[in-house]
Amino acid sequence: MLIYEKSRKGRGCQLLPKCDVEEYTPDKAHLREEAPKLPQVSEVDISRHYSELSRKAHGVNDGFYPLGSCTMKYNPRVNEKTAALAGFTAIHPLQPEHTVQGCLQVLEEGEKALNEITGMDAFTFQPAAGAHGEFTGLLLIKAYHLANGDTQRTKIIVPDSAHGTNPASAVMAGMSVINVDSDQSGCVDVDKLRQLCESEEGKEIAGLMLTNPNTAGLFDPNILEITDIIHSCGGQVYYDGANLNAIMGIARPGDMGFDCVHLNLHKTFSTPHGGGGPGAGPVGCKEHLAGFLPGKVVRKGEDGALHLVKPEKSLGEMKNFYGNFLVVVKALTYIKTLGAEGIRNASENAVLNANYMMAKLRDKYDIAFDTKICMHEFVMDLSRLLKETGVSAMDIAKGLLDHGIHPPTMYFPLTVHEALMVEPTETESRETLDWAIDVFLSLYEKAYSDPEALHRAPETTPVGRLDEVGAARHPVLRFTEE
Amino acid sequence: MEFRTDLSYTKTHEWVLLEGDTATIGITDYAQDALGDIVFINLPEEGDQVEMDTVFADVESVKAVSDIYSPVTGTVCEINEELMDSPEKINESAYDAWFIKVEGVTEHSDFMTAEEYEAFVESEQE
Repeated sequence: MLIYEKSRKGRGCQLLPKCDVEEYTPDKAHLREEAPKLPQVSEVDISRHYSELSRKAHGVNDGFYPLGSCTMKYNPRVNEKTAALAGFTAIHPLQPEHTVQGCLQVLEEGEKALNEITGMDAFTFQPAAGAHGEFTGLLLIKAYHLANGDTQRTKIIVPDSAHGTNPASAVMAGMSVINVDSDQSGCVDVDKLRQLCESEEGKEIAGLMLTNPNTAGLFDPNILEITDIIHSCGGQVYYDGANLNAIMGIARPGDMGFDCVHLNLHKTFSTPHGGGGPGAGPVGCKEHLAGFLPGKVVRKGEDGALHLVKPEKSLGEMKNFYGNFLVVVKALTYIKTLGAEGIRNASENAVLNANYMMAKLRDKYDIAFDTKICMHEFVMDLSRLLKETGVSAMDIAKGLLDHGIHPPTMYFPLTVHEALMVEPTETESRETLDWAIDVFLSLYEKAYSDPEALHRAPETTPVGRLDEVGAARHPVLRFTEE
Repeated sequence: MEFRTDLSYTKTHEWVLLEGDTATIGITDYAQDALGDIVFINLPEEGDQVEMDTVFADVESVKAVSDIYSPVTGTVCEINEELMDSPEKINESAYDAWFIKVEGVTEHSDFMTAEEYEAFVESEQE
């Protein structure tokens, strides 16, 4: 039931105190002719409405959530505690610098920590999430080429295993996209890449966007060669930080030859997401791009105080002020809580957990690219199961819901036909993993013994199998009274 | 799965009916089956140029958005507007649900016959 359906005329709640200044009526031209159709509900009914909805949803706090590529790790409560401190909340973005030195210190230390983790030289915290970060990074690369007079560099290379946001961000940034195929092992086809970069087209290459480890959960062993090929033709290399959770404290994009990166604080650094976050997609870069960063960066002045400084050739504003500041507070809390060693342990355990699950499932489920050792996630290919039983990746995903497990990412990467991409993350216990493995295996057996049951799933959730096709073809986007 | 013998096929799973210098283009029965339920289609406009082996349309299914490649170079003379409102027609009958007609065809990619395409699809599934 929608909150609109609970609306009763004249009902409401007193959230605002009585007005203690003179009332003012704006010019009629600026007034609506009709009151907006907002729901009229009492406070207790609002509260119950949303509590009920939250019980129907599934979050990390409700159960296992192995949604591949999304890094649904647990969000420690201590993050929320620090982010709620008055020094971080009772402030205004235009407050004089000397009155918010603590907040500036968060940005300065956050930048320092992320530089250390990624091997970059500077960061901006303005981008609000991952794709916004990609867009920002590409504008940085574009600004760099334009400043060098390289106006013909308008093409971005994107591997076919990339996240869909990569080509979309490139087009947003006014560039065109060249796809490069993966090789048999699921990594970038280096020969094809070299051929492309050494051809005439090489002069038009602005850069390459890459996720490493890639979406199949594989670390590209040719990464140094790849970044070298791009640099040799004059391009820049962009690191999509989607899968950083596999390599923190072990390998750094900066050392692999990447020129700029975006990170998803809401994934890798344990701040909430999946419910709107908000996210944070800080962008880091090497020295040669730092002068183009958007917004203001925090730098220590000669007076020993922290100041907000606009980079000399700044490309402008990507968001107002300092991005989603409290997300940075939470992420810094996480980093400081774990420390250098803990950060490395987190990645090690994320990789260990994924390999444990993959090893236990591979006797039944086919593993894409016949991966021997994966990174933080792995991809199963259910094509054989579909052929033999008629049970698809979608059916298995729906079956998981009946066991209280959030499904893995489905039908991605596109290079695998019946893909289920599993990312357990480091915060799950051995017991949880064993239980989830049992569920996966029992669903596999069920596909052969009673496929119809899986076509019917889910049956224990608040709503059953949804009409996804109908929703996409004829979406109902607005509440109407009839 | 259907493979009509009067049509030509591409490796990227489009079908073509080439009559003189006019081509009618759509996606194959295998393609619609692999994509699953199609919910949205993006077509070029009449008068647009299409180029051999480059993207001219995209289709969105419940699984993914996929590019559709033009097997010919020429000018779009007609688009199947019906598909915009009823993309399910592609799932219902892929060989009747043509996407575009192209006139003044100057070149085309290597086509496969129905028999060759059927063998190609089988090899891809392995």
